Amino acid sequence: MSQHPDRPSDHASSHAADRASSHASNPPSGSPWMYIAGFVISIALTLGALWLALARQFSTEALLTVILILAILQIGVQMFFFMHVTESPRPQFNLWILGLGMFFTFVVIASSIWIMSFGGALGY
Amino acid sequence: MTIAHDRLPARETRADRDTPLEYSLEEGALRIFGFWLFLATDLVLFACLFATYVILRDNTAGGPTEMQLFDVPTFTAETLILLTSSFTGGLGTYAMHQGSKRGLIAWMIVTVLLGLSFIGLEVREFAAYATHGAPLQRSAFLSAFFTLVGTHGCHVSLGILWMLSILYQLARRGVTAITARKVFIVGLYWHFLDIVWVFIFSVVYLNGVMG
Repeated sequence: MSQHPDRPSDHASSHAADRASSHASNPPSGSPWMYIAGFVISIALTLGALWLALARQFSTEALLTVILILAILQIGVQMFFFMHVTESPRPQFNLWILGLGMFFTFVVIASSIWIMSFGGALGY
Repeated sequence: MTIAHDRLPARETRADRDTPLEYSLEEGALRIFGFWLFLATDLVLFACLFATYVILRDNTAGGPTEMQLFDVPTFTAETLILLTSSFTGGLGTYAMHQGSKRGLIAWMIVTVLLGLSFIGLEVREFAAYATHGAPLQRSAFLSAFFTLVGTHGCHVSLGILWMLSILYQLARRGVTAITARKVFIVGLYWHFLDIVWVFIFSVVYLNGVMG
């Protein structure tokens, strides 16, 4: 703003145009290559998981673990390349709240499985 | 209220020129944070549905099993379509950051069309199950399946309507700090749904066809 002391207070479209020109040198959300890289990695992770599941080279438990790891990597790709988690203003409370949500998710799923594992062969 | 708000002089509290447009107003940054709060709670909703599914997936009550139902080409196509739509949605945000309203609108339309084809495939899949002896009420497995995957499908359908309404606002008002924030938030929602789908793909479909 200091470069334009007499600029009318933020008319939207001129604002956008201003930003576009200032971003030409150093865009905040990376280059389109960031998006293309994210897309290629996400497709590779998906097809990799599919191939592993259909080829069945490992035991079911090992396979499930690998597929879940690939899915977790996929979260990282979406968050970093597409959702710009690292761009929000500091302090980044959004990362804390996201971590809390993921913790609840893990606890709900893991403890449900653990509790229900005591059902043995009983139908429910 | 929002229309009047648009015409107010912007309170530019984060005047840093490297700040993305959607964060340029204090209120924009707060609303984006509020949306992260929503995503965290929505994640817990899906956690409950995933827990239910994982526990009930073997309770088929003599009905069709995952292995018999799931069709690899169908769920692979659904996954690739949704991943691609997440990418095109990201390109829309990129175009917006470059100040290109036309690019943004074009990529958002592509994203909406991909979302519609995803929903089309999913509706066809559900209809095929329901008419071939695997409706919602057939077994605990199927109730959990339709509830989990259907809840995700409802989110995607809502996202499509939401994007259409933002497209309308963009056409009328252009890229402002306020419409930019709306585009960014619907983008967060869309990428979040993509993440949830990756887990449906892994835990429900891949795990199902692995046996």
